[in-house]
Amino acid sequence: MQTEALQSYRSKGRLGMVRRGMLAGLPIMLGYLPIALTYGVLASQTGLSNLEITLMSVLVFAGAAQFLAIGMVATGTGIIEIIIATFVLNFRHFVMSLSFVNRLKTIALKAKIPLTLGLTDETFTVSALYRKEAKESYGSWFYASLILTAYASWVGGSFLGGVLGDVMPTRLSQSMGIALYAMFIGLLIPSIKANLKIVFIAVLAMVVNFLCQMIGMNQGWAIVLGTIIGGASGIWLLQDEGGEE
Amino acid sequence: MIIWMIIGMAVVTAIPRLLPAFIVDVVSFPDWVDRWLNAIPYAALGALIFPGILSVKPDTPQIGIIAGMVGILLSWLNVHIIGVVIGSIATVFLLTL
Repeated sequence: MQTEALQSYRSKGRLGMVRRGMLAGLPIMLGYLPIALTYGVLASQTGLSNLEITLMSVLVFAGAAQFLAIGMVATGTGIIEIIIATFVLNFRHFVMSLSFVNRLKTIALKAKIPLTLGLTDETFTVSALYRKEAKESYGSWFYASLILTAYASWVGGSFLGGVLGDVMPTRLSQSMGIALYAMFIGLLIPSIKANLKIVFIAVLAMVVNFLCQMIGMNQGWAIVLGTIIGGASGIWLLQDEGGEE
Repeated sequence: MIIWMIIGMAVVTAIPRLLPAFIVDVVSFPDWVDRWLNAIPYAALGALIFPGILSVKPDTPQIGIIAGMVGILLSWLNVHIIGVVIGSIATVFLLTL
């Protein structure tokens, strides 16, 4: 009797977390879809088969790198160079993952491993701003569901783009290029309203990234440096928050 | 050929994502590193927004700026993030009519 009651309470808690994760992932889904469709269309025009297009989204799950790879295939670049360029562009996920798992101290390693594999710019930044879920029970279900929502839209969109070709009116799909930037802004502003010092962290990261690219640094390394240096200002700026809630 | 490229890309993408899970399992960071890592999401958001937003319409960077301002305004007025995204898309759409 007692265990039964406990059981049903637990499944409700788990389901609740899954539902909340999906809701949190919804803006990413909206942002990914047009980009994934565009990727699928471009990749099929470059001569990749639908299997290859979808498989790349399933295994790599990194938008910018996939676009880069398609562009490099189109210009006949060698595989090794494409792989190195992918590494450089995606190395920022190392810094993001470190920040992400540092918050998930209560979550088991076997749950952390699949979660980190699903980290992108978008799943990381959204997850990072949903902090309290890490400490709730079934916290890993929340993040898993958030990531899977994004993943499904990325993989599904890539496949559809490859199969259907150019289905979206060009002007609409071009306008939707702003979607992920708008999402990043929509994530940053509420944090700034809660703590004005965050403006300094974000702007410092922007300036460092911008200057590094101005002097000709590769975009991948510039984002890594901007993130690390901008974040370092938090050592002093976030002092009074201590452990944060 | 392409399949090897995909596998190679998957490996070099997965390793940097995966490594930190093992690092934090064995290393415990001092407070100041915790604060640094806590600030990473805000710094990442900054670096991801700018200057990338200028290339939404590469030939007319001001469109990205204006759409970004609309996003900031909507977000400042506590509009839900989906509304912020749709408002910015609509701005770019209208500006490129």
